[in-house]
Amino acid sequence: MNRISPSKPVVWTGYNFAYLDEQTKRMVRRALLKALAIPGYQVAFGGREMPLAYGWGTGAIQVTASIIGPRDRLKVIDQGSDDATNAASIRRFFRSVTGVETTASALDATIVQTRHRIPETPLRENQVLVYQVPSPEPLRKIEPRESETRKMHAYAEYGPMLLTLYEDIARYGRVASAYNCPVIVNERYLASPSPIPKFDNPKLSHSPAIQLFGAGREKRIYAIPPYTSVRSLDFEDFPFEPSRPDGRCSLCGSETSYLEEVIMDDVGGRMFVCSDTDYCRRRREGKGEGPVRAARAKA
Amino acid sequence: MDAISNSASRTALLEASGVSKSYGARIGCIDVSVTVGAGEVLGVVGESGSGKSTLMKCLSGQIVPDKGAVIYRGNDRKPVDVFSLSEMERRRLRRTDWGFVHQNPLDGLHINVSAGGNVGEALMSRGVRNYGSIRASAQDWLERLEIDPSRVDDRARSFSGGMLQRLQVARNLVAAPRLVFMDEPTGGLDASVQARLLDVLRTLVRELAVAVIIVTHDLAVVRLLADRLIVMHRGRVIEEGLTDQVLDDPHEPYTQLLVSSVLQI
Amino acid sequence: MAHVAINGGEEAILKSQTLVAEQRRGDVAVPEITLAQIASQLGLAVDRVMSEGSLYDRDLAALALKQAQGDALEAIFLLRAYRTTLPRIAASEPIDTSTMTVRRRVSATFKDVPGGQVLGATYDYTHRLLDFALSETADDAPRADVSAEPLDARMPSALDPLVSDGLIEEEIRSDAEAYDLTREPLCLPAGRDQRLQNLARGDEGFLLGLAYSSARGYGSVHPFVGELRAGEVTIQITPEELGFPIDIADIGVTECQMINQLHADPDDLPRFTRGYGLAFGHCERKTIAMALVDRAMRAAEFGEKVEHPAQNEEFVLSHSDSVEASGFVSHFKLPHYVDFQAETRLLRELRARARSEGEGEPSS
Repeated sequence: MNRISPSKPVVWTGYNFAYLDEQTKRMVRRALLKALAIPGYQVAFGGREMPLAYGWGTGAIQVTASIIGPRDRLKVIDQGSDDATNAASIRRFFRSVTGVETTASALDATIVQTRHRIPETPLRENQVLVYQVPSPEPLRKIEPRESETRKMHAYAEYGPMLLTLYEDIARYGRVASAYNCPVIVNERYLASPSPIPKFDNPKLSHSPAIQLFGAGREKRIYAIPPYTSVRSLDFEDFPFEPSRPDGRCSLCGSETSYLEEVIMDDVGGRMFVCSDTDYCRRRREGKGEGPVRAARAKA
Repeated sequence: MDAISNSASRTALLEASGVSKSYGARIGCIDVSVTVGAGEVLGVVGESGSGKSTLMKCLSGQIVPDKGAVIYRGNDRKPVDVFSLSEMERRRLRRTDWGFVHQNPLDGLHINVSAGGNVGEALMSRGVRNYGSIRASAQDWLERLEIDPSRVDDRARSFSGGMLQRLQVARNLVAAPRLVFMDEPTGGLDASVQARLLDVLRTLVRELAVAVIIVTHDLAVVRLLADRLIVMHRGRVIEEGLTDQVLDDPHEPYTQLLVSSVLQI
Repeated sequence: MAHVAINGGEEAILKSQTLVAEQRRGDVAVPEITLAQIASQLGLAVDRVMSEGSLYDRDLAALALKQAQGDALEAIFLLRAYRTTLPRIAASEPIDTSTMTVRRRVSATFKDVPGGQVLGATYDYTHRLLDFALSETADDAPRADVSAEPLDARMPSALDPLVSDGLIEEEIRSDAEAYDLTREPLCLPAGRDQRLQNLARGDEGFLLGLAYSSARGYGSVHPFVGELRAGEVTIQITPEELGFPIDIADIGVTECQMINQLHADPDDLPRFTRGYGLAFGHCERKTIAMALVDRAMRAAEFGEKVEHPAQNEEFVLSHSDSVEASGFVSHFKLPHYVDFQAETRLLRELRARARSEGEGEPSS
């Protein structure tokens, strides 16, 4: 028997295309179709154990594995970066079990699997964005019982969720959450956008791309079909504000992209760079990402 | 059920007929029929174990009786049998038409949430999405319940027992319910605190014309608040009538005993 | 470049994995451990990995343990992930533990039971003294005496007399298809089939702690081990084309039948209640804990107040799985730059706001 050599990423033999057997893929696809038919509704699915740990993207991996075909081009990002270790690990997994082409370019990819960011480059029709979701239930913080949160969704009882926003404003003068800010999908279901910064929330709405959300440990799938309204929870007099760090990217000069803080030394020196490494690289190379799309920034 | 929805009591808001509930060999309530009109305050009195709490739970749809029906007539709605409603309809009713004041305010409040949040939650549940107006309504209601409106952002846990109970009342009245169930609302309070709460309650109930079903063992409470009274003993209604009538001229020996024992205190 | 410290992720992963391989092999002066050695000499570890890995295969479990450097939870994870790729060929008939080839069988409730008490191999009465003789390999293997008389062929459950006297609740037989957590997600409220499958796959440490809590005061469990037995049972399947059951294998299992506190239905006589535990291989601690937690979770069914963690079905079932739990807990070491920095910025803003308010007006 050959050992799976860690140093040689090859296409594994002895496993089905994309690891999952076809029956399991069909089961996942059925869940995806249901999720697309009821935007924002969490569909329970028979999640399988994957060879990557729960919490590390197993839900999204099962979603990707169920929709990927030999001609797809896959991009995987973590915190906006293609080269983060977990993104690299997932990309390598899919290369090993599918042999498909992978890419860092959001323009070329047909499927983008992401953790914690939405690419700066606007997505198009015929692209699928697959989110890794650690905790799909936005109500879990206020109601630990699954049997109860299911009913709250069924009866659209979202008053208690609004109450948490109310309390933030009463205490801090504003809504005190900066990421994973819950949204109402298609004016019906409350959903978690996954832990993306609230800067990214507006990109969820009316996107031409299909957005799929996979939570492996909790065994839930939900979706936002193309061109669907997604409203971030807020009050009329305290409207949702997608904020970004002030300043411009030290590398590409973007003033509208989402920036990541990099600590330069131990005496407070820091700089800001684009968290989306593909977008930043293409701007530096002068490839088409000229005046970036208007994100509502403080400028 | 047809008979009930007929002429006899067209103005009744809630109407129970032949409600019986037992727990194995232990009796909860037997064959209770009772009506509450819109804006009417009905007192249910009796000692502990008399079946008044079981009756309250049946009337409010929290437990299903072994026999009998409870009909509710909401605004613009056909009479509905509370037990034939789907869970969704029942929850909606509880959210929109009904209020619940528990004996222990902690059962009806979020202790770590501000007074404004506690009061305003019902508005948010009904889709109000303006922070300023929610907070203003909450302040208005705090004031009506004689709580300093500047405490609107203070968390409930910093309030005294009497204030918590008034906060619970405010939380229940803010969304203008048509019927409020109160279970021993003055239960754990000191006499002076009780008196203040009763005073506020009496004014508000008249002003809002909200119907109330109030369960208590304390005859002083019903004398002050209730228009009508039913007296329960061993699961049955043994006497009913206008509050003053029943308390001043009780017919049943048990009621006489109840009234006289109170008068001695 | 400083800002892309994580860059080169793919290459770093490959190097890290080579390092793992090197550390796994350890000192090359020491012979490499064989799967046969693990399977035969670390049998209890193999049993646990098979049970919680939901796959009865001693060789694969031994491989998983070798690959995981003996880390049971990592080995369980490996086996579960492999299990995902296996086709399901058939569902077996329910096993019948009354036909078990018993290696060990004890009852704490009856001194003598039909079939007798069988002490078998147990650590219970060993003194926990490090046996330095084991530091050296021995030439001659220890051999236990074999009894001249075979055990009773029939070994009915020690609880049977209680059943015939009506002193304990009947076992509920059902021909309904059992819920399968490996195919369907946990569905709450859960039936007993879901619960028992969840517990059988559940982390031994978690169940042990819960069981302990329930018996120590955070629960109302008053248990007696009615019977604990371990041995081999036959697995049968009924192929559609045959229409009758055929034996396909023998597997080792441990079963615990727990007798618990009384319950009286309003219109019936009081009876003892049951808790049940069963798992692959020899794992008494696990099955006793399982039986205790099973009974604790039945609190609502018997009208007992649900107030402690072990009685709370959602709490227990949602947190028992070591693969789910360890994945989620360890995912916190993944990068969270985006959310952490968003949170930090918010904190700075809130602090600035609070500070400027403090300066602007005297606090009232």
